[in-house]
Amino acid sequence: MAQLDLRRKLSILADAAKYDASCASSGTSKRNSVGGKGIGSTEGMGICHAYTPDGRCVSLLKILLTNFCIYDCAYCINRVSSNVPRARFSVDEVVELTLNFYKRNYIEGLFLSSGIIRSGDYTMEQLVEVARRLRVDHNFRGYIHLKLIPEADPLLVEQAGLYADRLSANIELPRDEALHRLAPQKDAAVIKKAMADVRLKVEAAKPQKKDRARPPKFAPAGQSTQLIVGADGAPDAEILARSSSLYGGYGLRRVYYSAFSPIPDASATLPLSKPPLMREHRLYQADWLMRFYGFSAPEIGAATVGGMLDLAIDPKLAWALGRREQFPVDVNTGPREMLLRVPGLGVKSVNRILQVRRWKMLRLEDVARLCRGIDKVRPFIVALDWTPGGLTDAIDLRTRLAPAAAPEQLSLF
Amino acid sequence: MRVAELDHPTDFDGWRRGARALRAAGVSPSQAVFRVAGEGAQGGLFDTAPSADFASVTAASEAGEGSPFTVPKAFVDLAQDVILHRSVDRFDLMYRLLWRLQDAPNLMRIVSDPDVADALDRAKNVSRASHKMKAFVRFRQVHDDRGEAWVAWFEPAHRVLERTAPFFQRRFTAMRWSILTPDGSAFWDTETLRFGPPATRDMAPAEDEIEEFWKTYYASTFNPARLKTRTMQGEMPRRYWKNLPEASLIPQLIAQSSQRTAEMVAAPAAVPNPRFAHAVAPDVAPAGQADDAVPDTLAEAASVIQGCRRCPLWRDATQAVAGQGPPEARLMIVGEQPGDQEDLAGRPFVGPAGNVLDQALAQAGIDRASVFLTNAVKHFKHEPQGKRRLHKTPNAGEVTACRWWLDHERRLVRPRVVLALGATAGSAVLGRKVTVTAERGQPIPLADGSIAVLTVHPAYLLRLPDEAARIAEQARFIEDLRRVAAMI
Repeated sequence: MAQLDLRRKLSILADAAKYDASCASSGTSKRNSVGGKGIGSTEGMGICHAYTPDGRCVSLLKILLTNFCIYDCAYCINRVSSNVPRARFSVDEVVELTLNFYKRNYIEGLFLSSGIIRSGDYTMEQLVEVARRLRVDHNFRGYIHLKLIPEADPLLVEQAGLYADRLSANIELPRDEALHRLAPQKDAAVIKKAMADVRLKVEAAKPQKKDRARPPKFAPAGQSTQLIVGADGAPDAEILARSSSLYGGYGLRRVYYSAFSPIPDASATLPLSKPPLMREHRLYQADWLMRFYGFSAPEIGAATVGGMLDLAIDPKLAWALGRREQFPVDVNTGPREMLLRVPGLGVKSVNRILQVRRWKMLRLEDVARLCRGIDKVRPFIVALDWTPGGLTDAIDLRTRLAPAAAPEQLSLF
Repeated sequence: MRVAELDHPTDFDGWRRGARALRAAGVSPSQAVFRVAGEGAQGGLFDTAPSADFASVTAASEAGEGSPFTVPKAFVDLAQDVILHRSVDRFDLMYRLLWRLQDAPNLMRIVSDPDVADALDRAKNVSRASHKMKAFVRFRQVHDDRGEAWVAWFEPAHRVLERTAPFFQRRFTAMRWSILTPDGSAFWDTETLRFGPPATRDMAPAEDEIEEFWKTYYASTFNPARLKTRTMQGEMPRRYWKNLPEASLIPQLIAQSSQRTAEMVAAPAAVPNPRFAHAVAPDVAPAGQADDAVPDTLAEAASVIQGCRRCPLWRDATQAVAGQGPPEARLMIVGEQPGDQEDLAGRPFVGPAGNVLDQALAQAGIDRASVFLTNAVKHFKHEPQGKRRLHKTPNAGEVTACRWWLDHERRLVRPRVVLALGATAGSAVLGRKVTVTAERGQPIPLADGSIAVLTVHPAYLLRLPDEAARIAEQARFIEDLRRVAAMI
């Protein structure tokens, strides 16, 4: 009977945690269990142990310590006024579940969050205690991601950073005003200050040349945050501007975008429709352009219509179609920065082009072998045996490159 | 046809010996055959037994005779990966590349070459198979006379067992485990890693009690409103499903998803649960309502300024940075605006420019703790560039809007001297446009009876590229501070 209870709790507290988009387990310091008494390793690259039919991976045991919460955030299923069944794990139960799952190679570690019970400090203490028992009592060397309770005492944040690989505080909504409207117990300024505090602590823990002893590692996988898309009226350009400011301000590793999803027992203040998944996908693409391709948020914003990214084509293609005077780029002579802006060429393809062209002049078929698909690339490049002629400026280029009809998801079964 | 025989499907050393001999003997790729012992069709069209002259060539080559040749390390590394691929022509592909390296020593760098691209592609598949093995192996618990142990049955897409087993050794060093595959088995007894013969599925345990918990978790963490089955299948190919306990739930989860979503969307908004009404946390005060308040103390000023919405700079800043220092300070130093570090810490002059100021103050004999430090503009104005925030000088409108706070700080501290660092601070103190070069160092009487002095901003000293100029300017700055010290 006791076991049944634990399974029931697991189903409630995993269900309650599934709206948080982050499940990454990459980018932390390398370690393993060789010579230790416990188990676990991290080797830099994240490992996704399973995928659910929503296309998202299971890398970590992502659960709430409890879904009781004294806050009343309209977008959250665990808000105090919701009628969902409630449960609470004990600290030991979370520790045992994590170790049992990890030993069977189901997971890379734990992502623990919680509803706010009693106070921010009390809740944060409980989260930290789980991490402490795993790390200290069980010598666990896998991945731990702890959710920060922004209003908790900075001393608890300090401890959390010593045990956890990653810390995150969710900024939740792109507009501070909307946060106040939808989450009246949350304060955007407090969330920002918590992220600022983590950045300062991460930087303080970076060893300086003059340091003899390495300072203890603080959240080696850095911090991340999440923005809910589609719950307030913020357009994409505004969301990306907010992300850009968050990346610059707090050294975030990732900003996650979570299409607002209908939740059981939803609040009357929110739109109830299928989540805008394509919009979310385009935002991730645009975010990628900012982090790896040298695009700025205003540049991407300039290629939007009324601040919204084009749902039919990816943001890089949308940008290039609006800036055709910059194309075509010669793959044999063009600078790296411009090659990165060619639709259809990724960072890897560009690196390969740069490598190969030191040894031979590239033809179109060479380029085709170095990228995923040549169709999108062709109008924007010049190669040894190829010039796009008037194709770059063709009026119907967008129609030629956009998928003929919106692809429809077919059922597998 | 020349045949080189390999001991087993991943016999890299055998392939290397054979390939070396064949190439030394001038056997072209179309004439070379690699065959794994006990594999392949018997009596094939081109099949011939290893010939006597081939054996002698092998011997000569191994003795170091004949023309020696070298290949790039990249080729050897790639060959070791490609050989783990399940395709039958993998040895031939790598021999063809080896052959072509004679005439094209840089071939491995030309990744657009069809053969190189093909080999790289297979190596990528092998590395992906190894990665999937790290992800999809599922251990089940068993007990024997030595206690608990862990056994997994796994079918890798390519022959990556030996390559991947050390990963599990590093991860589960303190556990006794075995991984059984159709290609072979790996055993770890907490001290030594051993490999054994191929296994069958029935040699591994069929269940584990924790599996039900795992399936519960898997089903609960799936969001039915976000069905994306193609993405799932791209990352978790069906070939792995039969050995993943959780995969048995997939058809059911997909089948129910549209109905579950429709129910969520159609359900009327719920009536709030009254049971928890007593537990609700108090709302936080909406920011920006008190930014016209007239503060009576510095502490109050520091608090209400957090809600300041007098200009749009608050939006991208972390917090307002109010002035700090003793309320009875005789010297107030006004900077331009908080920088990156000040914005994070919420305190003025803690960044690089603050360090320069600290040193200069010390050299001028002024105790920093006795000074009230503040800025003309209290929110950090910046522009994101990549992962950094570039400082932007506040405009006249922002300076004017923020004078509200500076004037209150001056009213509450009543300093004898107000030292303005740079033109922005100068304009905020004097209420007019100023040129630092023209008015630097001169005492300027203010309406409230105090004295204003202008000098450069320490950030200016940081930006001087020329070492000699910087030392000279630093000395001038300290000189200004000494003059101010004499006035207070």
